[in-house]
Amino acid sequence: MQYLALVYYSEAKMAELTTDDWDALNRECIACGEDLTANGQMLDGRPLMPTDTATTVRVRDGKVTVTDGPFAETREQLAGFYLLEARDLNQAIQLASKIPPARYGSVEVRPVRELKSEGNEPYSGLGSNL
Amino acid sequence: MRGTVERIYQAENRRVLATLIRLLGDFDLAEEALHDAFMAALKQWPDDGIPDNPRAWLVSAGRFKAIDQIRRRSRHHDAVADMATEALIDEDAIADDTDHSIDDDPLRLIFTCCHPSLARQAQLALTLREVCGLRTEEVARAFLTKTPTIAQRIVRAKTKIRDAGIPYEVPERSELPQRLDSVLAVIYLLFNEGYAPSEGDDLTRPDLAEEAIRLGRMLADLLPEPEVLGLLALMLLHHSRRPARADANGDLIRLEDQDRSLWTRALIDEGCALVPRALSPNGIGPYALQAAIAALHAEAETFSDTDWAQIVGLYEALYRLSPTPVIALNRAVALGMSQGAAAGLAAIDALMSDEALQHYHLTHAARADFCRQLGRTEDARRAYQRALTLTALVPEQRFLQRQLASLGR
Repeated sequence: MQYLALVYYSEAKMAELTTDDWDALNRECIACGEDLTANGQMLDGRPLMPTDTATTVRVRDGKVTVTDGPFAETREQLAGFYLLEARDLNQAIQLASKIPPARYGSVEVRPVRELKSEGNEPYSGLGSNL
Repeated sequence: MRGTVERIYQAENRRVLATLIRLLGDFDLAEEALHDAFMAALKQWPDDGIPDNPRAWLVSAGRFKAIDQIRRRSRHHDAVADMATEALIDEDAIADDTDHSIDDDPLRLIFTCCHPSLARQAQLALTLREVCGLRTEEVARAFLTKTPTIAQRIVRAKTKIRDAGIPYEVPERSELPQRLDSVLAVIYLLFNEGYAPSEGDDLTRPDLAEEAIRLGRMLADLLPEPEVLGLLALMLLHHSRRPARADANGDLIRLEDQDRSLWTRALIDEGCALVPRALSPNGIGPYALQAAIAALHAEAETFSDTDWAQIVGLYEALYRLSPTPVIALNRAVALGMSQGAAAGLAAIDALMSDEALQHYHLTHAARADFCRQLGRTEDARRAYQRALTLTALVPEQRFLQRQLASLGR
């Protein structure tokens, strides 16, 4: 199964790191990515520029609206992602727990959904209608 | 004969279901398969006789019924169904099933239902439903929630188990501590719902408490970790007092007033024997400490023989591990028992700034007891009245009313 590990942290808190600490964390992330890739457990992954570079796109009734910034003000912001290959959720959690920024913020693990042209089950995130 | 088949089914169906869930990887399909296997047993056993290993027979019958079911559905969704069928009829994979792995299936199921990526409420609902076999209506009653709410919670949890790839396994040793926390917490919640329901007319629900103990024993057999033994000991020792906790009218009898000869000796012996094993030298956990406290109560011949000084010490250690308001309250009460009502009252008053404790009936009930002992009748009356407004459990309300009445006017 594929899992997307979304890395979140507080940008304000990260901005307080010294250059040396920030470099050390980045070096750790590079090493972590190389390890996971060598094991065939990481398919892709990128860090992102800070949220003040973000633009949010929505389409409503065929009309595109573009707004500044991330979709919501939260304490932690999306900082990057790892696309992982794991046997099951337990292994995905184990791999995600090795992602260094997990120590500063959080890593959200989401299974990748297969996009099919038909036979898709109703979107379960909304809860089934009982 | 029908009665015999039903008895065997009652004894085996939870284990058979657990194995079918592992083999089929699908809760709903497994439940259907279990039902079909039971129907087949009702039809065949009266003619063919009871099989030597009824559990294995039911698993095998359920598996073939599920294959039929998948084949019937496969006219609609071919590829997935074919894969599932192939996996199911892969005899080599089935042959790998030793008795041991089938014995572990209920435990795998508990770990699956208590996966930390499910909300605590969903873990408990799913465990009660799938592991304990309670009907959805019964789970709803245990939570005082509407049946559709619980049904939806269970459906969502099952969907997440399937879609997020939550595995059906006892986790690896390195992952065990965090996973075990969830499992122990759920079993303890289940026990508490049976030992002290949060509302209603009955003081206890022994069926839930006994199911929790059964799960605790199973877990202790398979994973004799100190905290597992601690939780089991704690439940056994609490449950041993059940016959003495209520009078003929269903009214609550406090620990100090209980007839200790009614306590179940066998449960006390079993619980006390586990306590030393639970108090592991490599770090003592909260269940072990609570079990040690319960053992001191169980071993005291009378209420006044209780070793309160040692209980205070154990509560201090417990509070350091898990600094919750309720543990702080228990420590304050134990202090009052050990050093006198004035010390107890001072300790409780020092906790009164905590909002959770302000709204907890036992805070006021304990405060009232100490006030009464100190001759502060008016303060005691006010505290009992406050406690009365805060509990929804009918026998507890009656108890508090009796306490109030005994203060005189």
